[in-house]
Amino acid sequence: MKKQNHDKLKRDFQELYRKTILASAVIAIGGIALVYFIVDPSLSAFKTNKPITEIVDVPVEEDYDKIENGIHVRTGFIDAPGMMETVQNCTNCHSSKLVMQNRMNEERWKSTIKWMQETQNLWDLGENESVIINYLVTNYPPKKVGRRAALANVEWYQLEE
Amino acid sequence: MKRRSFVAKSSLSGLAALLGVDIVFKELMPADYTLVALQDADPFKLFNKDKGMVVLNDKPWNIEAQAHLLDDKVTPNKSIFVRNNGLIPEEIDVKNWTLTIDGESVKQEKTYTLAELKSKFEHHTYQLTLECGGNGRNEFDPPAKGNQWSIGAVYCASWTGIRLRDVLEDVGIKEDAVYFGYHAADVHLSRDPTKEPISRGAPMSKAMQDETILAFKMNGEDIPLAHGYPLRVIAGGWPASVSGKWLQRISIRNIVHDGTKMTGTAYRVPCKPVAPGEKVADEDMCIIESMPVKSLITYPKSGATLAKGKKLNIRGHAWAGELEVSKMEYSIDFGATWHACPVEKPANRLAWQHFSASISFPQEGYYEVWARATDANGVSQPMLLPGWNPKGYLNNACHRIAVKIA
Repeated sequence: MKKQNHDKLKRDFQELYRKTILASAVIAIGGIALVYFIVDPSLSAFKTNKPITEIVDVPVEEDYDKIENGIHVRTGFIDAPGMMETVQNCTNCHSSKLVMQNRMNEERWKSTIKWMQETQNLWDLGENESVIINYLVTNYPPKKVGRRAALANVEWYQLEE
Repeated sequence: MKRRSFVAKSSLSGLAALLGVDIVFKELMPADYTLVALQDADPFKLFNKDKGMVVLNDKPWNIEAQAHLLDDKVTPNKSIFVRNNGLIPEEIDVKNWTLTIDGESVKQEKTYTLAELKSKFEHHTYQLTLECGGNGRNEFDPPAKGNQWSIGAVYCASWTGIRLRDVLEDVGIKEDAVYFGYHAADVHLSRDPTKEPISRGAPMSKAMQDETILAFKMNGEDIPLAHGYPLRVIAGGWPASVSGKWLQRISIRNIVHDGTKMTGTAYRVPCKPVAPGEKVADEDMCIIESMPVKSLITYPKSGATLAKGKKLNIRGHAWAGELEVSKMEYSIDFGATWHACPVEKPANRLAWQHFSASISFPQEGYYEVWARATDANGVSQPMLLPGWNPKGYLNNACHRIAVKIA
């Protein structure tokens, strides 16, 4: 009886010992994992490091709206009040080149904007409309060329025949 | 964000046409690979154009030639202006490309594959002059709205295709037919799939002409993508916008076609003359049909300096819409005196005609050589701008070049 009790106690103790070891191991592994997760939350070290095949455009933020010699480099617009409103509303569907080469007064810009809203899916410009029109008529005013302008910008060269 | 492929891989032949070269090793190209040539925005490489061409607009692409680049009798692709109302189609599936003829005035709707069109109907080749209705717009005062073309939105290429008339006779057209209108694969600038960038046409009388063709070759090769690959209507002598690119459908209408850019003020001029800047109601605007008489001095380039006593040899082209040019003249004294010079007969109806002259100058100094063509009806080019119109069409004022005798 005494021997039996002793054996049982020994088995219980051994089992307790095994469980303690197991629990310690689990806690230790969990702790290591937790620490690792804090350091590397995306578990990137376990992901296969395949080369990225997708090409991504990364605009250089500080240069995106760079102004050089009074010109907005990306669009070619003159840097003046109303320029950014014009860039943001007038270069989504077509190039800034189409805006700059058209020289119109306020009335004709208004009717052009109305035409774009009716047929070209341009949105309501709200308060920006007058800001944009003012920018355009100030910086790109109509030029008087008369019935026939003189030949300009002739590049002279020696004709050899 | 994923970069949008400009042209899907299934359209490599279209891509080759765009680039003007075949793509070597195209079978080995990864499916999602974007050609380097299409990644950069160099339009000269993209469309295989001469570096001297002038980009008016890069979205949509609008590029014009200069007079001296148009010296060839038959214009090569590198000097042909690019005009787009919308975005060039991103996918051309040439194997499954079809043309449908529909509308109120067809006896029954009919669809042809490209191969059927090429095998079923007789082929014809014509040299045909195409000029943008707005060529010369930049000279109007007050300025007119739109791309500010100067003189380079015109050319005469050789087109091969089948007669529209032959196709329409095969389909069967009702007696009430008035107009044809085209529909194409280009994309609206807003990318709204319910909108067409342009859908124009012409009266049935123009559709039935020998020279009105559905072309699949330009200058003996597949039409470059920017110029309408794989199928294009060609209606020489009329505003080039009648010659619809990337053709998918032709509607035979019992009314004047009312597609995009047929109505309002587009490709229309006041029915009655108006003062510069005058407002014109839409109902008082009339559709442009034949283009007016015009000419270009294509050699030498403006700015030539030559020694006293030397003769200046000039040459160029003249055209007159539906008509033939019957007389060609030049002036070196701003129109005070005019000198007739020879002008060749056209290669075929609606082809531009070539002129040349050998000019002597009385003394040293600055000169301008002005050229003036006269059509078969006796109508000549004006030296000043013709009648002002709200959209700045039909400027056929005389072309001139600067010359110095030193």
